Amino acid sequence: MHPISTVHYLVLSAALLLIGTVGVLTRRNVVIILMSIELILNAVNINLVAFSHALPPLDGLPNMRGQVFAIFVITDAVAEAAVGLGILIALFRNKETVLADEIDLLKW
Amino acid sequence: MNFLDNIWLIPLFPLLGAALMLLLGKRLDPQPPSDVAIAPGVEPIYEHGHDHGAGEHHHDGHTHTHDHSHGHVHVHDHTVGHDHSHDHGHDAQGHGHSPLKFLIDLICPGMVLISFIYSVGAVWQLAQQSERVHEVVKFTWLAGMPFHMANGNTAIFQADWGFLLDPLSSVMILVVTGIGFLIHVYSTGYMAHDNGYYRFFGYMNLFVFFMLMLVLANNYALLFVGWEGVGLCSYLLIGFYFQKKSAGDAGKKAFVVNRVGDAGFILGMLLMLSVLGTVKFTDVRAALATGQFQAETAGFGVLSVMTLLLFIGATGKSAQFPLYVWLPDAMEGPTPVSALIHAATMVTAGVYMVARSSALFQLTPSTLTVVATVGAFTAILAATIALVQNDIKRVLAYSTVSQLGYMFLALGVGAYWVAVFHLFTHAFFKALLFLGSGSVIHALSGEQDMRHMGALRKKIPITYATMWIGSVAIAGIPGLAGFFSKDQILGETYTSAQGSHFLYVVGLITAGMTAFYMWRLMYLTFYGQSRVKPEVEAHIHESGPAMTVPLMILALGSVTAGYLSTPKVWNLPQAFHTFESWLGPVFATAATEAMKEGESSSSLEWILMGLSVAIAVIGITIARYFYCHKPHIPETLSQTLKPLHGLLYNKWYVDEVYDFLFVNGLCKGGGELCGAFDRNVVDGGVNGAGWLTRFSSTVSMWWDTWIVDGAVRFGSFFVKMMSYPVCMLQTGRVQAYAFFVVVGALAFLGYFVVR
Amino acid sequence: MLIDTVLFYLFALLVLGGGILTITRRSAVHSAISLIVSLLGVAGLYLLQQAEFLFAVQIVLYVGGIMVLFLFVIMLVNLDESAKQRQFNRQWLVALAAVAAVGVEVGFFFYRGKDAFQVAEAAPAMLPPGMGTTEVLSNSLFSEYLLPFEIASILLLVAVVGSVIMAKKRI
Repeated sequence: MHPISTVHYLVLSAALLLIGTVGVLTRRNVVIILMSIELILNAVNINLVAFSHALPPLDGLPNMRGQVFAIFVITDAVAEAAVGLGILIALFRNKETVLADEIDLLKW
Repeated sequence: MNFLDNIWLIPLFPLLGAALMLLLGKRLDPQPPSDVAIAPGVEPIYEHGHDHGAGEHHHDGHTHTHDHSHGHVHVHDHTVGHDHSHDHGHDAQGHGHSPLKFLIDLICPGMVLISFIYSVGAVWQLAQQSERVHEVVKFTWLAGMPFHMANGNTAIFQADWGFLLDPLSSVMILVVTGIGFLIHVYSTGYMAHDNGYYRFFGYMNLFVFFMLMLVLANNYALLFVGWEGVGLCSYLLIGFYFQKKSAGDAGKKAFVVNRVGDAGFILGMLLMLSVLGTVKFTDVRAALATGQFQAETAGFGVLSVMTLLLFIGATGKSAQFPLYVWLPDAMEGPTPVSALIHAATMVTAGVYMVARSSALFQLTPSTLTVVATVGAFTAILAATIALVQNDIKRVLAYSTVSQLGYMFLALGVGAYWVAVFHLFTHAFFKALLFLGSGSVIHALSGEQDMRHMGALRKKIPITYATMWIGSVAIAGIPGLAGFFSKDQILGETYTSAQGSHFLYVVGLITAGMTAFYMWRLMYLTFYGQSRVKPEVEAHIHESGPAMTVPLMILALGSVTAGYLSTPKVWNLPQAFHTFESWLGPVFATAATEAMKEGESSSSLEWILMGLSVAIAVIGITIARYFYCHKPHIPETLSQTLKPLHGLLYNKWYVDEVYDFLFVNGLCKGGGELCGAFDRNVVDGGVNGAGWLTRFSSTVSMWWDTWIVDGAVRFGSFFVKMMSYPVCMLQTGRVQAYAFFVVVGALAFLGYFVVR
Repeated sequence: MLIDTVLFYLFALLVLGGGILTITRRSAVHSAISLIVSLLGVAGLYLLQQAEFLFAVQIVLYVGGIMVLFLFVIMLVNLDESAKQRQFNRQWLVALAAVAAVGVEVGFFFYRGKDAFQVAEAAPAMLPPGMGTTEVLSNSLFSEYLLPFEIASILLLVAVVGSVIMAKKRI
């Protein structure tokens, strides 16, 4: 086997991204959609950390920039999950459904 | 006093009379209202049962200051033509003409009398001269304008206000003023009761003025002024009773037909200017005498065309075929007008003009042949029509046309002085016959149809006697004027080199017919049973002195005038040949001498004389037989020969042919064409412009509706159409939108793939 | 190092397997559990990359916070009926095709650019003794990236307020 290089991580990240995208586009349940979005965000994180690990050192210390970015992404994901679930609850309260197909009020 | 130098005054006296009449006449003779309708079929109205016995009705010329306390209105029978000589304005209170009316009687005939005296004086002084030509030029009327003649020379056109007195014009002025004076005097009686008395005399004097201008002019241009002027006066006088439509129509017809002839005259004059360079008589003669122009014996040359055109003018004025149709209709005018204008003077203007141009005509034998043929043809044509007419004035009108034909026949055979002589004698007896017929009509209260006359011999004796003399004269019985002139014409026709035997025969037959129809007229009018209508019969009266005295004078003239030129074989003293010697020098040219070689033997002359007398007697006898002894024969003849009779009675349908060809064809057809042109082309153009405008506005509207608005609507339509697929995209489902994001990313990445 | 490889593939399997399971389970709870597994795998991957802080944060925040929250909401929202419904929407085929296309393209990019990642073999820097990566991370976070940090805190504040308001029965 080859030694694990950055490319492996990148391929993994791409695959996870695609899986998450399929989930967003395909599932009807909004909760599952939100979970798929978490998958996508995690794929991004993997990508960032892989690159952070591959970057040359900065001032003699390992380069942490990718990880910092990943922290912010996680923060973002948290906020977004919270608000999204709040929206879901509000939606469920009004529409009695959690299926994305049935929420088409903006239809022409 | 020197009359000769003042011959320019001769036309001016009647002009003064005319001016006075037309300016002041209305004041002298205020018009009483004429309220009796001049319409066909009006019932005769009688106001007072009046006994108009002979002599009680004082129509003397100069004491017309009376008011007609007995107003009378005369019967009108409108079946044949009508002479409205009688006034319709008198009603019971009898306010008639003003007391100043006698002034008109004094002024107008007086002016003509003065002219006559002057003319006599001038002619007398002319006769004293050895060279009997006197020319007086007052001033240059149309100043000289240089122009190019046909042969390239430059000539100067100049027309003077000039007067020429030579034997030819002296004869004419004596005839015009003398007979004109007699007719004026007659008219004072005849027209006494008419409205427009002053107007009548004004026009008559104006006519005399123009006629004198015509005969005294020394050049063709001034002659043409008179020519046109007499045409104008003829129109005015024919249409004197203008309230009657037929009178107005007759006046217009006369003028228009005259105009046709005048066109030829003007062309002839212009051609004369172009070829000879002058319009003055003496200069023309001089130009021809130079020998530059040969006699055009072979066919038609330029001189022949010129003379032919001049002859066309004469045809119109002197009522020859084909322009004679106006003369019978001219009988709508009052009888004195017919006498003066259409018998004695105006219609002879053509003869005068051709005689004046004798120098020209001598050089063109072909035109002379045309003139003679036309004259003879017209003579016999008119005579045939006169055979069957029933209106007394119509018979005399056709007789005039026939006699004018004789005059042209004489001109055509080269016997110019004979034509003038016939003009001279014809003036006497034709004026006499017309005035006499006027007297008859006056006696019969306006009746003109000979079928309603008869047995008037004893009732109007003076009229009868004078008309008898006139009829004998025109028939050509020896001893009276007509014989001498007519016999001379027939003789010249037979013997002259220009003449022919055929024309002689035609002339002879015409003479016979002349005798026949004149005596038919006499027998129908004065002899036999009285066919007069009962209501008219009571009023038959002889005319007053104003009318009868001129008749008597003219009768005297009819008898004696002929003796101025008796036949040679009678071997009378020279005094009885004055006419020929008087006029001879006027027509003497080298060519004339050459023409005169047809000197006949005396026996031939006696034979010809005998023939003409015999045929006249035969004519009279047949007329007597038909109308006196066996009155039913003419009726049976007219029944058996109905087509022929119809043809003659309807004047050979010439008027109908003219109507069809020219009036309806040319004028109305031309009017129709112009109207059609105006309707279709001009109005069509206008309508087309309007249609074009409407059409363009329709196109504009279409453009606006479909193209401009269409573009706008298409925009909105396009958007709406596009909106349908776009609508499909807006599902409202978030996952669909997310899918489009992925597709967009795919496309974006695809760009980098292919790069 | 063999152990790295094995661990990598193990964790990769966890991640991808969990992910696939997440998107295909009918029951939401099953999906949540699968997601937890996937997140744990991601945490392991972080550890392999010497991102210890992130490993901890991932476990605590993601799994302990977000996934618990998800489970709470799943419990709150009764998903039994929806579990009986059709799970995949009507555009699944075309979506799959699009994503596959994107995958192909990404693969193409990887194939074309695989030589650009030589930089990945640079030697990692040596930490001074006594200093961990967390310290380095925090140094970087609070000095260089202070502003984003503060903004992130405001973001969290907004999110808190927002989610409270969204979830209220009556605003």
